[in-house]
Amino acid sequence: MTIVETQYLTVANSPHELTLRSGARLGPVTIAYETYGKLNSAKSNAILIVHAFTGDAHAAFYHKGDEKPGWWDEMIGPGRPFDTDKYFVICSNVLGSCRGTTGPASIDPKTGKPYGLTFPVVTINDMVAVEKMLVDHLGIKKLLSVAGGSMGGMQAAAWTVLFPDMMHSAIIIAACHRHTAQQIAFHEVGRQAVMADPDWLGGDYYGKTIPKRGLAVARMVGHITYMSEASMEQKFGRRLAKKDVLGYNFSKEFEVEGYLEYRGQSFVERFDANSYLYLTKAMDYFDLTEGDRKLSEVFSHVAADILIISFTSDWLYPSYQSQAMVRAMKANDVEVSYVELTSDYGHDAFLVEMDEQSKAVSNYLAKVYRERAS
Amino acid sequence: MIPIDYAIIADIITPGAKVLDLGCGDGDLLVLLKEKKKCRGTGIEIDSKAVVRCLERGVSVAQGNICGDLGVYEDLRFDYVILNESLQQVLNIEQALDEALRVGKRVIVGVPNFCQWKARWQVFFKGEMPVTKRLPFKWYNTPNLRFLSLKDFRDFCSAKDITIERTRYLANGKEVFAFSNLLADSGIFVLYRPTQHL
Repeated sequence: MTIVETQYLTVANSPHELTLRSGARLGPVTIAYETYGKLNSAKSNAILIVHAFTGDAHAAFYHKGDEKPGWWDEMIGPGRPFDTDKYFVICSNVLGSCRGTTGPASIDPKTGKPYGLTFPVVTINDMVAVEKMLVDHLGIKKLLSVAGGSMGGMQAAAWTVLFPDMMHSAIIIAACHRHTAQQIAFHEVGRQAVMADPDWLGGDYYGKTIPKRGLAVARMVGHITYMSEASMEQKFGRRLAKKDVLGYNFSKEFEVEGYLEYRGQSFVERFDANSYLYLTKAMDYFDLTEGDRKLSEVFSHVAADILIISFTSDWLYPSYQSQAMVRAMKANDVEVSYVELTSDYGHDAFLVEMDEQSKAVSNYLAKVYRERAS
Repeated sequence: MIPIDYAIIADIITPGAKVLDLGCGDGDLLVLLKEKKKCRGTGIEIDSKAVVRCLERGVSVAQGNICGDLGVYEDLRFDYVILNESLQQVLNIEQALDEALRVGKRVIVGVPNFCQWKARWQVFFKGEMPVTKRLPFKWYNTPNLRFLSLKDFRDFCSAKDITIERTRYLANGKEVFAFSNLLADSGIFVLYRPTQHL
């Protein structure tokens, strides 16, 4: 069992604060990150893994004492698609999160207290800017790849536009180039649930009672959007949890109810309610076209080789959104591959549907490494 | 062992050409063209499992429909567009070929001949839809949507303002040089549309 540790880097120290998309300035910024494998002497084998909404820097292997490995362990490790015998894999926690990188729960050095809602609103592009600082710090001029699913896929897509010369390839999984009204709507339900919790206190709940109930409800809604009707039917159906007959009351009788409650409860123990607000907002603001540009124009400077993957049952980030990116890239003569993998797991598929995804990713990376980086 | 149709297509294509393979399957032809002819190739394939196999072999392929997915390309973007053993499986042949001829300087079409003598014999004497080594499917499970002879295809091209630049005819893995519509089980045509090149 390989044990790994999270490392920390502080950037954007005064007076070199980070200027965010909103115009606000933020600094210093601590970046939590992990690395796996060895950087080769040419520094040409580095891959940046960018995580989804509630993920963190701990993408693979084990932390000391933990029973569970990192969140994408099946994809990262010796002989796995992101093969740590060949590649140097980096994963950092995103700006605005609560898993080690600076976010609303961090202490504001100016006040000595947690930022709370005084933390500036961040965007996907801001996250990418911070990731670029980490890559610079590690002395890497050009990444072999930037890869991620969901919000990670949005970051990978943003990387191709913001730093086209800093990468040989990008793997964009179950993502989009901008959030739609439906995606924003689900996030808004989550945010309203958090803010309606009397314990939320305008975001100033640190050191007091955390807004557990609201955050749990937000997570429950989220979970529904990450699954598909088929996967829920398969996992729960109409099964009752503890008894054989209906109780004609409002106790949690259906298995699916108990499951959602469990997911909600376990989530509040590891995730900050304000980070939930900030990160959902970052995704909602995400729009590579900035409202009015043509997507083909947005991708006109992409130099990387691109792999885009979507899943048939993903109704939260449906395939047509991936296909729109594929078309816009093709129009620019970008070398782009696209596959819509068959899965019943809904949006969660990128975390659980490993078989074909592994095959696609590992050989794709091998090709890019062979043709572009060595 | 390289299938003869692949060998012929590889022979036709100039080194270093930019190639789009429509209905590229597992990517065999693209791999061959990349290795033998240093082509810059990409493909479109509708079956996701085949696309994964293409990726496994280091070929860039986008899953999609060969009929509707060429709109993003500007005119004459590719040196060659290949429709090998895929055109007869398309419902809207005219649209597919029009688009291929728009984005490709040359279009290479490989089609089976449904009127080879073996097939004609089965139709005439047995009164059955032909099933041959080259056309192994029964009427109820064939992926083919369109049934044509080599003559039909030549006639189609002349009616649609498509110039046939070169032809190669095959029977049983060997080239045929006469009576193609009777003897050949398939044909490979190199096409272009003169009005597209004005």
